[in-house]
Amino acid sequence: MNASQMQALLPVLILSLTAVVLMIQASIKRDQKLAWIISALGFLCTLWATGYAREFAQPVTILLQVDSWSLFFSALVVFAALVTLVLSRKSFSPEGERKEEYYLLLVLSVLGAVVLIQSSHMVSLLLGMELMGVALYAMIAFPEKGLLPLEAAIKYLVLSACASAILLFGFALLYAATGQLSYVGIGQQAATAYLSNPLLVMAGTAMVISGLAFKLSVVPFHMWTPDVYQGAPTPVTGFLATVSKGAVFVALTRFYMDAQLYQYQPLITALSIIAVASMLIGNLLALRQEDIKRLLAYSSIAHFGYLLVVLITLTGTGMASDAVTFYLAAYILTSLAAFAVIARVAGEDQHKTQIAAFEGLFWRDKIQATALTVAMLSFAGIPLTAGFMAKFYVVSLAIQGSYWFLLSALVIGSAIAIYYYLRIIFSMSKTSVIDSVGDIGVQDYSANLTALLLTALILMLGSWPQPFITFAGGL
Amino acid sequence: MLMINLILILIVGGFAALISERFGQNIPRKVALAVVMLDLVYLLLSLSVMPELELLQAPQPSDPQSWLMHYSREWIPAFGIKIELAVDGLSLLMVFLTLILGAVAVSASWTDVQVRRGFFEANLLWTLAGVLGVFMAMDLFLFFLFWEVMLIPMYFMIAIWGHENRGYAAMKFFIFTQVSGLLMLVSILALVAVHQSNTGVWTFSYFDLLNTQIAEQTAFWLMLGFFIAFVVKLPGFPFHTWLPDAHTQAPTAGSVILAGVLLKTGAYGLIRFAVPLFPQASIEFAPIALWLGAAGVVYGAVLAFGQTDFKRLIAYSSVSHMGFVLLGVYAWNALALQGAVMQMVAHGFSTAALFMIAGSLQERLHTRDMREMGGLWQNMPRMGAVAMFFVVASLGLPGLGNFVAEFLILLGLFQVDRWLTVIASLGLITGAAYSLLLMQRSFQGEPDETRQLTDFGSREMLTMAVMMIALIGLGLYPQPVLDIARPVVEGLLNFSATVTGELL
Repeated sequence: MNASQMQALLPVLILSLTAVVLMIQASIKRDQKLAWIISALGFLCTLWATGYAREFAQPVTILLQVDSWSLFFSALVVFAALVTLVLSRKSFSPEGERKEEYYLLLVLSVLGAVVLIQSSHMVSLLLGMELMGVALYAMIAFPEKGLLPLEAAIKYLVLSACASAILLFGFALLYAATGQLSYVGIGQQAATAYLSNPLLVMAGTAMVISGLAFKLSVVPFHMWTPDVYQGAPTPVTGFLATVSKGAVFVALTRFYMDAQLYQYQPLITALSIIAVASMLIGNLLALRQEDIKRLLAYSSIAHFGYLLVVLITLTGTGMASDAVTFYLAAYILTSLAAFAVIARVAGEDQHKTQIAAFEGLFWRDKIQATALTVAMLSFAGIPLTAGFMAKFYVVSLAIQGSYWFLLSALVIGSAIAIYYYLRIIFSMSKTSVIDSVGDIGVQDYSANLTALLLTALILMLGSWPQPFITFAGGL
Repeated sequence: MLMINLILILIVGGFAALISERFGQNIPRKVALAVVMLDLVYLLLSLSVMPELELLQAPQPSDPQSWLMHYSREWIPAFGIKIELAVDGLSLLMVFLTLILGAVAVSASWTDVQVRRGFFEANLLWTLAGVLGVFMAMDLFLFFLFWEVMLIPMYFMIAIWGHENRGYAAMKFFIFTQVSGLLMLVSILALVAVHQSNTGVWTFSYFDLLNTQIAEQTAFWLMLGFFIAFVVKLPGFPFHTWLPDAHTQAPTAGSVILAGVLLKTGAYGLIRFAVPLFPQASIEFAPIALWLGAAGVVYGAVLAFGQTDFKRLIAYSSVSHMGFVLLGVYAWNALALQGAVMQMVAHGFSTAALFMIAGSLQERLHTRDMREMGGLWQNMPRMGAVAMFFVVASLGLPGLGNFVAEFLILLGLFQVDRWLTVIASLGLITGAAYSLLLMQRSFQGEPDETRQLTDFGSREMLTMAVMMIALIGLGLYPQPVLDIARPVVEGLLNFSATVTGELL
């Protein structure tokens, strides 16, 4: 390992260092403010390092592929973690409680996500996913009081363990078929192995994809999503929805591309079924939800259905990988905005995450309500928001590839989705409850600033996307 | 820059109205009125420097330089998306209609809206900005953007200031338009993809896409995507069900904008996009569209007859009148098309005025139920006389704009399909029936002497006078409007004739 490889690894190294420093700090002086500052500094340095490392983009050992694409997503994930950190400050800082471990877990989970994003080998894939996941279980269960977080964490833990087992079995089968564990190696060997033993290759890839699909919570691997979303503390839900799912999708895309899985028709058929089911079932189940976090859980199922459409249309052309970049960026920003508002408005009160609790928010807190409105419009794919440009990409790709079946599911799914996103906006604009509900408390500048920043980013991506498209094209 | 400024003035004016609420409850409405007037004056001034001859020249649909105004600049070059605006006679008429009715709507909201006036006027102005964008955008992406974005302020107007069942109505309105818009988006993207595979160029420009060669089967489906989006907005039978709810629940100014302007975007879209982009498919589809139009005329009229709610009756009458527009467009000859354009303008004024009267009644009586009205002429003679004027205008009395429009449409339609003309004429008869019923039930009959009602004041009379003059002008001397519309109509007819290789 030479110096330039170390420089390429700088984001990972800084994150590891932050984790070590946090551990040492906890053993010397327990102070959660200090822990918060250390984590924030660590994330900021990592953010800088992702830019710095671009000049040294290269494969680092057989395990990690550091290139501008993975560095961009690393930056995105770290940004999401930074937002989570800002949101967590309120939720996790009741006086007299010791919560420094939470920050350590957060940093470790981000480290896992970055490794996952840069992975080019089954081992680093598993390593990153487990590091991210294990830290996440603890983060979900972190609030000591209340049974819901605990229930959510156990549910997530047990099911994740199953998914990991399936994933590992998939690795084993692929190894048996090809004798390779790196993505590229599998890609080189799988085609010949497929001719001699198609069942082994298909079963292996199917199991790997199932394991990843569980983390993405696409139908039929979605059962855990609403409970975990609802039970987890709101900032952690936001983290799960953005960092965890985003990183896994990047890994899936990388595996799919490098292992050249797009040449196997049975696999594409299976992915199409998963995508259609996710778009339809996710949106349908979201219709009747009364809890906004559960609603967003189902909505995220649908959004990963749309993203799978992009994956299916990936045939090595440039536009499709741009589409993944754009869609994930739009999705992550929009989710962050939504969860930032929920964290601010509802806090950790289980009753306040009901949609009914958002009634009249426009007249109580304009900034938060505007941010949530923009987020909902972006999710629904209304022009001028990032979500629209993202959907624009998906629809163009589906049309160019003549995937009319997927396209019709997408249109029907989006049509259903408008209803529940509008429901939230309508609820916020209700005027009848203004007098009964007082002001939600003192101004919180950091929350307002976060909401405004995310709103501005969503609107900018939607109304002036050219700079970002150029940037994404160069990745 | 002119056309962009028209839109920008309204957007910035919206923010100004929003902020101005801090300085007083009554400031926003004045700001809004000033902004609309400024826009109108700005448009008139810039037109006055334009040589008159140009207005009368027939523009080539596919040559932007022959249009009255054309503006284009890069926006998202990665997809060939431009900020491209252009205006011909048709757009110009619609822009004028929008701004005049915008001023009317501000006047309608003068006392009607009591809470959060700043936000209301802002939404009103933003809706107008979106509508102007729809009438001027010549880049299909930009057009779609305006088409969708104008829904949001309109949604808020219904959802926040609407009547008792506003949530349901606002939701229904938004979902109908959004879902049909999604179909249009798919059609637009597919059209662009076909053009791209033909020529290798990514472009959303109307002028480039006009001559796209599309396989017959594909063209039919793409045309259908556009058609459904526009017919939902029009609204044409059987996609009209959102309209009675939205109209009835919207605040008065919202109804004025909705009926006067928003519905016309559907008609405009049909004339501008659905037919010229897919001439061959449209000709094949025309018989079905004509039947839908005729069905709308009769069905809307019959339903209007059965209503007891003042606003609902007018809403259904709009369905009937917009059926005429659909007939005019798909008859696709010079007479019928000019009639359709005329109908768009005349219906805009007459319905906007009727909704304003309905709003005034609701403000005074706190009901829209006609069974609780009666003899109002005695209580409010001025309002009664005004209502009488617009009711007879709406039923198509010769001498007023609506008559000219419907007569031209029927005349044009007669050349295409006689029996359909007969059916559509039924709409005129039933129209007379329900319009007079409206008048009888609410303004005539035994007056309730205990009622203390204030008659129309000078602000209302002034607003009504504007629309009366417009309708009388359209009825007695329709030539200027026809002159402005004719070159556009001829250009479109020539274009579609050369494309399909046959004259209709």
